[in-house]
Amino acid sequence: MPTLTIDGKEITVEAGSNVLQACEEAGAEIPRFCYHERLSIAGNCRMCLVEMERAPKPIASCAMPAGDGMVIKTNSETVKKAREGVMEFLLINHPLDCPICDQGGECDLQDQAMAYGRGENRYEEAKRAVPEKNMGPLIATEMTRCIHCMRCVRFSQEVGGVEELGSLWRGEHTEVTTYLDQVLDSEMSGNVIDLCPVGALTNKPYAFTARSWELRKTESVDVMDALGSSIRVDSRGTAVMRVLPRLNEEINEEWISDKTRYACDGLARRRLDTPYVRGSDGKLHETSWAAAFNAVADGLKGVSGDQIAGLAGDLADAESMYALKELLASLGSDRVECRVDGAALDASCRAGYIMNEGLDGLFEADYVLLVGCNPRIEAPVLNSRILTNVRHNGLKVANIGSAEALTYAVDEMGDDASLLSSKAVADALKKAERPMILVGQGALQRPDGSAILKAARDLADKHAKSDDWNGFAVLHTAAARVGGLDLGLTSDGGVDAILSDAKAGKVKAMISLGADEIDTSALKEAFTVYIGSHGDEGVKHADVILPAAAYTEKSATYVNTEGRVQRTEKVVFAPGEAREDWTILRALSDVLGQRLPFDSVDALRARMDEAYPVFATIDERQAAAWGDFGTKGDIEAGGILPAIDNFYLTNPIARASKTMEDCVAARQSGDGEATGTHG
Amino acid sequence: MLQDQDRIFTNLYGFQDWGIDAAMKRGDWDGTKDILAKGQDWIIGEMKESGLRGRGGAGFPTGLKWSFMPKDVSSGPSYLVVNADEGEPGTCKDRDLMRHDPHKLIEGCLIAGFAMNASAAYIYIRGEFHNEGNVLDAAIEQAREKGFLGKNACGSGYDFDVYVHRGAGAYICGEETALIESLEGKKGQPRLKPPFPANVGVWGRPTTVNNVESIAVAPTILRRGSSWFSGLGRPNNTGTKVFCISGHVNRPCNVEEEMGIPLKELIDEHCGGVIGGWDNLQAVIPGGSSVPMLPKDICDTVLMDFDSLKEVQSGLGTAAVIVMDKSADLIKAIARLAAFYTHESCGQCTPCREGTGWMWRVMERLVTGEADKSEIDMLLTVSKQIEGHTICALGDAAAWPIQGLMRHFRPLVEARIDAYHSGNAVAAE
Repeated sequence: MPTLTIDGKEITVEAGSNVLQACEEAGAEIPRFCYHERLSIAGNCRMCLVEMERAPKPIASCAMPAGDGMVIKTNSETVKKAREGVMEFLLINHPLDCPICDQGGECDLQDQAMAYGRGENRYEEAKRAVPEKNMGPLIATEMTRCIHCMRCVRFSQEVGGVEELGSLWRGEHTEVTTYLDQVLDSEMSGNVIDLCPVGALTNKPYAFTARSWELRKTESVDVMDALGSSIRVDSRGTAVMRVLPRLNEEINEEWISDKTRYACDGLARRRLDTPYVRGSDGKLHETSWAAAFNAVADGLKGVSGDQIAGLAGDLADAESMYALKELLASLGSDRVECRVDGAALDASCRAGYIMNEGLDGLFEADYVLLVGCNPRIEAPVLNSRILTNVRHNGLKVANIGSAEALTYAVDEMGDDASLLSSKAVADALKKAERPMILVGQGALQRPDGSAILKAARDLADKHAKSDDWNGFAVLHTAAARVGGLDLGLTSDGGVDAILSDAKAGKVKAMISLGADEIDTSALKEAFTVYIGSHGDEGVKHADVILPAAAYTEKSATYVNTEGRVQRTEKVVFAPGEAREDWTILRALSDVLGQRLPFDSVDALRARMDEAYPVFATIDERQAAAWGDFGTKGDIEAGGILPAIDNFYLTNPIARASKTMEDCVAARQSGDGEATGTHG
Repeated sequence: MLQDQDRIFTNLYGFQDWGIDAAMKRGDWDGTKDILAKGQDWIIGEMKESGLRGRGGAGFPTGLKWSFMPKDVSSGPSYLVVNADEGEPGTCKDRDLMRHDPHKLIEGCLIAGFAMNASAAYIYIRGEFHNEGNVLDAAIEQAREKGFLGKNACGSGYDFDVYVHRGAGAYICGEETALIESLEGKKGQPRLKPPFPANVGVWGRPTTVNNVESIAVAPTILRRGSSWFSGLGRPNNTGTKVFCISGHVNRPCNVEEEMGIPLKELIDEHCGGVIGGWDNLQAVIPGGSSVPMLPKDICDTVLMDFDSLKEVQSGLGTAAVIVMDKSADLIKAIARLAAFYTHESCGQCTPCREGTGWMWRVMERLVTGEADKSEIDMLLTVSKQIEGHTICALGDAAAWPIQGLMRHFRPLVEARIDAYHSGNAVAAE
């Protein structure tokens, strides 16, 4: 742990720190553009220059390892002049775009020019301009503004795992570009707009819509996948303008996936903002809450408890799922199912459906066996963590399932689920010191999913468990799933049995909490109440539609794939008549004569926490006791189908998003334009 | 004046065959095995004693540089890299060394590589030197055929080979770390130092980068003895040097001379003097475009070695002497150099990428005089903002010529400005 003197103050820092980090710790702010904690050191912007005793010229503090006995000065004349010099150089070719540049108000160049610049311009020659670049529908480029910090290039290679951004030419003609003039082949590409210190790379869908100082910033949690990435939702008035990542060392560090970031325009489209009742003409008619509730009561008349079922969809929050379970129980039904994709998840043992070592565990593992999961598509931020560990610690990854490009080298064992019981797999796990077995929904959705679960469990039990390590992990795709399992929303035969019973007339009534990933034609005959935020698949055969709030419109609890309980915050009000889901169920319970015993979300939570104590601890991973789960059985030889068809279209919000639509087109055709008619 | 018997490069002008048989007749590859048998410590010790300083421009003591390489190579290979990029404007010595006397370089590679425990030498030759690269390839093949290179080189028991790698036309690839990057197949952009190439070089392995001339003189030094070499020149500036004299002299040429030769003697004795006589001299750039120019009155007495030129605020650099007589437009010359640095900047770091262009554009206006006198000082402060703040020395190299011009010829620049403004009277408001 080196001890050095900074501006006369002695400080001891962690081994491996650089001088810039030491200075910051000592309270001396160091301006910088190219340095970023999570990327490799570039040292090329030269803004972080500080004076070091016995050095003939100023040193780049980001690139100099902090050493014992160093004496650093960060506020001497030399340093001030150096900073002014570098800032002046950056501004001579930087266009005077502030009034029209989206970065204005949150621009590193503006901020550092104010704090460290000369304050006046001496340059009278011509400024260079850079021709337009196309990087797809997500990233707006104005490369004349680029100050060549190369953060975007380093990010794409080191975190995104794609080598598609680079620089052409040299000297003052340097241009950062994809060269291919097409969308980046990465689900993490949007993060470069956060990294870019100037307005060269900005949020394309958000362009020219708001200024940062107009926006109200709310900290919340993402539901686009099952990671529960920490986000910040910026809103103006009643509209969500954009989503940004929030620092969370344990989950998403500083990154979010493109879907998390850009699907937010779907929050304003195809919204259910009024109740609907399907008339005798087969058409849906707008109506009032009272009328809608009465229609529900009518529909349930004469239906016995064992003829009612409930489904909890991928975006359902814990409070609503709890309320649904309680409501159905009061109606005499215990048939509520959260496993709407048919995955053979076993709710009896928590360790059997969470990622036991958490995302942090990916930094400690030395071997990861993927079983029927594609982390790149299902959880891009988790995939980046794997890539980081592969690059820095030599993590080895093996795959049982179809071979996909994951951005890192993978030992493809074969697309055959029965390989799980092979000697090769067992040997590989035995050799590793801290192996992780990551089971995906694709594997669990197979007919023999339960047998696969049991086989993976037994493998982990034998080879991936020790006193301080439980390498068994499940990668979920839906934000609602773990919460639903924690609440015990499982039924015999799962969703398949419910749907076939509905077809056969054995299930006469259904309350669907945003279940859109099922084949709703099975519900044609059943009396279906759909509670959801968007007019998606679920409304197709619904008899009553009750408009609900999306994740940005309610304070709601979600449990991520690590088993970590997190809470979203209410950013804006739900549109029109839409209400928070649990309140709908509470109000409905009144009309059905089975008033639920809570009148506030706090009261609901208190009861929920008591019945299901896991919900009482927020934001922390909770260790789960090991046990038995899955069912022993034969695993059929044969491939594993992917859990996700198209990364950009996995939930109703994403499917309603114009930006996601553009992404699908761009990735298909390769260029930035939505084509529609190309193959 | 260098005596003929002290000359190292006996075929500098290519009057004789460069092939291995002719080279061996001139003394190359003579007793190489015995030299190697004396061991790495002896070789490095002799090189240190000789006082040889790097001939590529920086003048770092060569023996000392070799001693930085690790003795323990059990974890992986070390490399010798020969910098044959010769990009410094005015420099043309390595070209002649390589195409006329290649075996000095190749034997030097073996001896130097052995001394520093390297397993191979890579000669990075600029892409423009197409024929010179061909000659090197052929000469290396000749050496291999005779068993001088490859397994058990020269029967010494040491395995060593030499490879030629061609550059693709960038001055910045003459910077040692940019050269390493280019050798690895990446963009020729300099690396941060520390870590130094001796610790992390080619593919992360310990590497020494030396200039062609530095390596090529090594065999002769070891054969004739370090005291012979250090007896030439003066303390701290020992030995011989190949000077490249170009510009306004009657017979521009490469010539090997003793370090410390007076500039006037060098030009008068070997180049037929300045065109129009010594008094027609205006200025000299003594070490390649990157060092500040010297006015005539300093040229009258200055000696051509590292320390003497440093004392007059210039440098020996590569010893590429660019002579400019009174017919030369010095401002235009420096503007052209400024354009060169702008063009060759790699673009990595801010001061060089943006600053070289700024300086060039101001210089262009100073050529016509279309400027304000206060801009001279502004230009100098800008050059000071670049100098010392960059990743590599290109920033310094871009700043120095302009500083040299203003230091010695400011009145010239001011007169140009006056002439422009009086010639173009400003319209009455």
